[in-house]
Amino acid sequence: MNDSIVKTLGVAFAICLICSFVVSSTAVSLRDMQNENKANDKRMKILQAAGIFDPSKDIKEQFETLEPKYIDFNSGKLLTGSSLEEFLSEHKGDYDQIAATRDSNYSKSLSTSEDIAIIKNRENVGKFYLLRNEDNSINKVILPVRGYGLWGTLFGYISIENDFNTVAGLEFYEHKETPGLGAEVDNPKWKALWPGKQLYRGNEVVLEVIKGKVPEDDSNLAYKVDGLSGATITSRGVSNMIKYWFSDSGYANLFSELDYES
Amino acid sequence: MFEHYLNIFITTVFIENIALSVFLGMCTFLAISKKIDAAIGLGIAVIVVCLITVPLNNLIFNHVLRDGALAWAGLPDTNLEFVELISYIGVIAAAVQILEMFLDKYVPALYNALGVFLPLITVNCAILGASLFMVEKDLMFGESVVYGLGAGFGWAMAIVILAGIREKLKYSDIPEGLKGLGATFIIVGLMSFGFMSFGGISL
Amino acid sequence: MNLNRYKEALFKPLIDENPITLQILGICSALAVTNNLTVTLVMCVALTSVCAFSNLFISLIRNHIPSSIRIIVQMTIIASLVIVVDELLKAYDYETSKKLSVFVGLIITNCIVMGRAEAFAMKEKPLLSFFDGLGNGLGYSVILIGVATIRELFGAGTLMGYEILPLVSNGGWYMANNLLLLPPSSFIIIGLFIWAIRSYKPSQVEEDDFALSKHQTSENLTKRELNV
Repeated sequence: MNDSIVKTLGVAFAICLICSFVVSSTAVSLRDMQNENKANDKRMKILQAAGIFDPSKDIKEQFETLEPKYIDFNSGKLLTGSSLEEFLSEHKGDYDQIAATRDSNYSKSLSTSEDIAIIKNRENVGKFYLLRNEDNSINKVILPVRGYGLWGTLFGYISIENDFNTVAGLEFYEHKETPGLGAEVDNPKWKALWPGKQLYRGNEVVLEVIKGKVPEDDSNLAYKVDGLSGATITSRGVSNMIKYWFSDSGYANLFSELDYES
Repeated sequence: MFEHYLNIFITTVFIENIALSVFLGMCTFLAISKKIDAAIGLGIAVIVVCLITVPLNNLIFNHVLRDGALAWAGLPDTNLEFVELISYIGVIAAAVQILEMFLDKYVPALYNALGVFLPLITVNCAILGASLFMVEKDLMFGESVVYGLGAGFGWAMAIVILAGIREKLKYSDIPEGLKGLGATFIIVGLMSFGFMSFGGISL
Repeated sequence: MNLNRYKEALFKPLIDENPITLQILGICSALAVTNNLTVTLVMCVALTSVCAFSNLFISLIRNHIPSSIRIIVQMTIIASLVIVVDELLKAYDYETSKKLSVFVGLIITNCIVMGRAEAFAMKEKPLLSFFDGLGNGLGYSVILIGVATIRELFGAGTLMGYEILPLVSNGGWYMANNLLLLPPSSFIIIGLFIWAIRSYKPSQVEEDDFALSKHQTSENLTKRELNV
């Protein structure tokens, strides 16, 4: 009785109908909340890197105090005026920097000698954030950075004080490093070592993560960060990441421009 | 370009081995690894099914399910990502069924060798997992072919190694309670530690 | 209404017929998600509810499912439930859902759910099936929570993020065993669990594939056998 063709088709159809109704109604009713969560997660990391995150306040509201800016890495210039408008309309105001690295129209493949952070493709345009003081002068710059560690790429944000040399904070939002060793990049104690460190000496990027602890009487204390014990390759990856992103092919040219603006 | 594909393949087989570093397909991995012959048969079946379903699911994801992917049908705002799971499992079940019928009709020798393993594969999470990781990594079609091959190959390699060890293990003197499953778990754990040493390799 | 049967359906899978240690079902997700107790708890709740409700729904319509499309009907119901759980997680606990990544989706192919649907729900009454699903989900949870507690407590000195054993690196006395934070350690812990359960319940010990003949010492042998 159960195996007649009519019954088989009928049951199959009924199950499909009920299941599709249940699934699609949950998905549609929860979609806005999910998208909001996703956006907030990233916003929170950016705010944390800037060191201004306050968990008691609404994330979106706090995030709106930051001003998004775009830099063209090939020329080292900020996108302004008509080129900015053109760029924004091309991406419908929703530019995804990481997705851009997979599209050869929006990114450049780096040569091995250039690619010290092993990022393979570098996007043409980077999106970063400015935190302004009340008198509209720049307080901090929050820049996206990434580099290869041991198991995969570390993605994060680093914030720089308005002298464009002193680090204000570093925060990774995605990585695959070994728990307990490389994953200690998320350890608040290690992250607390970064504020106050200096990126440049002259025009050279000298800030690095060294192996072991920095001796307290070291004359170059401001240019060195304690290594992560047992995670030499991750530490080296973070050093290379800093070296690459603050070189001329990264943000170095941007700073002189921002200096001029403020 | 070749280097890029080789890199994906090596990464999937060794560094992100689907059995020993993300632990997928464990039920069959532990149940069918008593004899090398059976392990090889199942391994080949997994390679074939992975190689077919991962690229197929990639096409479905990129041209139907993805946000805005239905623009060609005049529906630019549709996002069907929530039916991802159910469509993948449907594709896998259908692909396995069709493969089974095809082999039965045209390659009976292979069907006799693989036949018993094919139905097991539908519920093997290594296959569904490979498709889900493909989406998470956002691979292009070409990359997904290499990824599917690598995922299947890595799993097959792991089960053959385990079967080899278990065949030897039969003759060892193991504490009563640890016999069989217990010892197998510990061996898989040690193998998996071994595979961690591939970390940090990058081409 | 026989209460004993409900009790049996609920409690038997906890130790006696534990789906992980005896039936080797549903191990895949048991390993990758156990380095943190919070994440593990969420995963356990997700699996237990999917298992219980899929059993309930399948049992409700068991007399109307044609045997030719039996598997695909079960699969559809399970997959729908998993999607609902996945969507709910993404909306209400985004942090955890990010950590679980593909493993929530993989509940679909978790053999516990499929196995209980096929072996139990197709034959038994809805409420009893519901309890059986709940019991098996809890059996899975017991092992997972055990593994996660050991891994998080001794690997990171915390439980659900709260510090229990103060770490040396934070000025305390406990030197964390980082090995336990690595995923392969969960295999070894489960292996030892199996050993413990089987020593307690020797009936679960597996038979040898062959028997060893008894070793004979020279005292038992006659002189002629020893060729002297």
